[in-house]
Amino acid sequence: MTSTTPNTAPAPRALPAYPRPQKVTQARVLKSEWTKLRTQPSALWALLSAAVLVVAFGIGYSLLREARPPHGAAAIASFDPAAISLSGVQLAQIAVGVLGVLLITSEYATGLIRTTLAAVPRRLPVLWGKAAMLAAAIVAVSVPAASAAFLAGQSILGRQHLAVHLGQPGVARAVIGSALYLAVAGLLGLGLGALLRSTAGGIAALFGLLFAVQLVAGFLPGSWADDVGKYVPTTAGQAVTAVHPDPTSSLPPWTGFGVFCGYAAVLLVLAALRMRRGDA
Amino acid sequence: MIEISALTKRYGSTTAVSDLTFTVRPGVVTGFLGPNGAGKSTTMRMILGLDEPTSGSVTVNGRPPRAHAAPLHELGGLLDPRAVHPSRSAYHHLLALAQTSGIRRPRVDEVIDAVGLRAVAGRPAGKFSLGMAQRLGIAAALLGDPATVVLDEPVNGLDVEGIRWIRALLHDLAAQGKTVFVSSHLMSEIAQTATHLIVIGRGRLIADTSVAEFIAAAAPPAVRVRSSDQHGLAALLRSPGVTVAPADDGALAVSGMPAEQIGAAAATAGITVLELATEQTSLEDAFVDMTQGAVEFRAAAQPAAGPTFEEEK
Repeated sequence: MTSTTPNTAPAPRALPAYPRPQKVTQARVLKSEWTKLRTQPSALWALLSAAVLVVAFGIGYSLLREARPPHGAAAIASFDPAAISLSGVQLAQIAVGVLGVLLITSEYATGLIRTTLAAVPRRLPVLWGKAAMLAAAIVAVSVPAASAAFLAGQSILGRQHLAVHLGQPGVARAVIGSALYLAVAGLLGLGLGALLRSTAGGIAALFGLLFAVQLVAGFLPGSWADDVGKYVPTTAGQAVTAVHPDPTSSLPPWTGFGVFCGYAAVLLVLAALRMRRGDA
Repeated sequence: MIEISALTKRYGSTTAVSDLTFTVRPGVVTGFLGPNGAGKSTTMRMILGLDEPTSGSVTVNGRPPRAHAAPLHELGGLLDPRAVHPSRSAYHHLLALAQTSGIRRPRVDEVIDAVGLRAVAGRPAGKFSLGMAQRLGIAAALLGDPATVVLDEPVNGLDVEGIRWIRALLHDLAAQGKTVFVSSHLMSEIAQTATHLIVIGRGRLIADTSVAEFIAAAAPPAVRVRSSDQHGLAALLRSPGVTVAPADDGALAVSGMPAEQIGAAAATAGITVLELATEQTSLEDAFVDMTQGAVEFRAAAQPAAGPTFEEEK
């Protein structure tokens, strides 16, 4: 085929000039990061699996507790129907945390980060853009998922007259709080990924932060376990997902959530310090 | 315009680039030549503002590379054509890049057409052949219509048509007054593409010269001559500044005297010239001559494994 057309290499289609102003702004980087997120199939799968975990596990655990309702005054008093229907958050935090790690480590692994940072030489707008888009995407998926899990779970538990409704104090806050908790779990992953620049390292550190710290705090003697344990990332963060957090072992809802946000903020600031200077 | 001054980059105890000073001027294609591991990619990363120099400075169009408000309009770079998210389409790869600078979608289409990727723009970039990936990388470098273009080994993986295309493209960019800086280990490619040359070896500057001067300086052209009386001709030609050496098959290799003078001298002496040819040193030979000793590793040093160069550090 080519032998019959030896010298027909097409002249390059002339590329016109492009004199339009091209200033980099945070808003533009945000838009770029949104394009990246929505065109990265693994990110969409992670978001979908987080939603499925929240709903499916919430329904499953509600069915289980419907079959085995609490007996005795103490058990009934500590029974938290909202928490049961929202228990899928415990699993979904893995999906969104890993998504956070991958969002940045995939750029380091492929080398795409160099293209990205050459286009945004101030660099930090990339990190803030990724953080904002990740948090927004997780909230956008988690609010409907948590609401669906809650409503489905309550309709199941309602058959045993154990249900609560959104109008009761703390219930709506727990539902929305679950979605916010997941967003911050994603940011923890992003911070760790940006800091470590390695997918394996980032995921390992994420698991350590989400689960191992809690375990270790549990081994502390006596009341230390509660006093220190309140400030463990997951325990602090999950205060906002409980209708009536136990004051001896957890912080008030929004205080706890604030502490959880603090962990994510510290990681993101450390990541920003590493990203701003030195080699990309 | 790229101005590099006393540029040094160390990674731990390894010095990748050492005290480099040169200027890449607009309006011509400048080749960046060096054996593997010479520090070409490291230098290019510093030009793009990705790696921080240990000492010395880089400016692009008069400012440090990270100080531009509109970076894609100042500097377009291609470092690694495989640096794409494998499952994102070529179009969205370019779109995301364009959006950082507010570049509109029609421009993305323009660069896709210009590099000939229209038919595959919707496919995942990870499935591209190396040649297609190079075209995508070049498209990314040209998105913002930059005044300075820096391309690391852009002809790698391109077929003959692709090489011809990129040669024309680079000439075209230079003709528009842009600064074009292209690295290659293919000397023959650089000879046909570049006008000016920066040659480095072991992180140090070896030559900053035009392609023609580079070849001339490395080894002056020799003239090959066969005649009816080789001994007589040799005696006739030998003089200060002219060397005559026997070549294979009984010919003489004469350097320091152009072919016309040799022919004339032979005619005057009544010697019949059977063959007379100027043998141009190729850029390949000139390059090997110049970088002798600057090559970090030699194949002979590692006979079992062969040379293991680490360019992409």
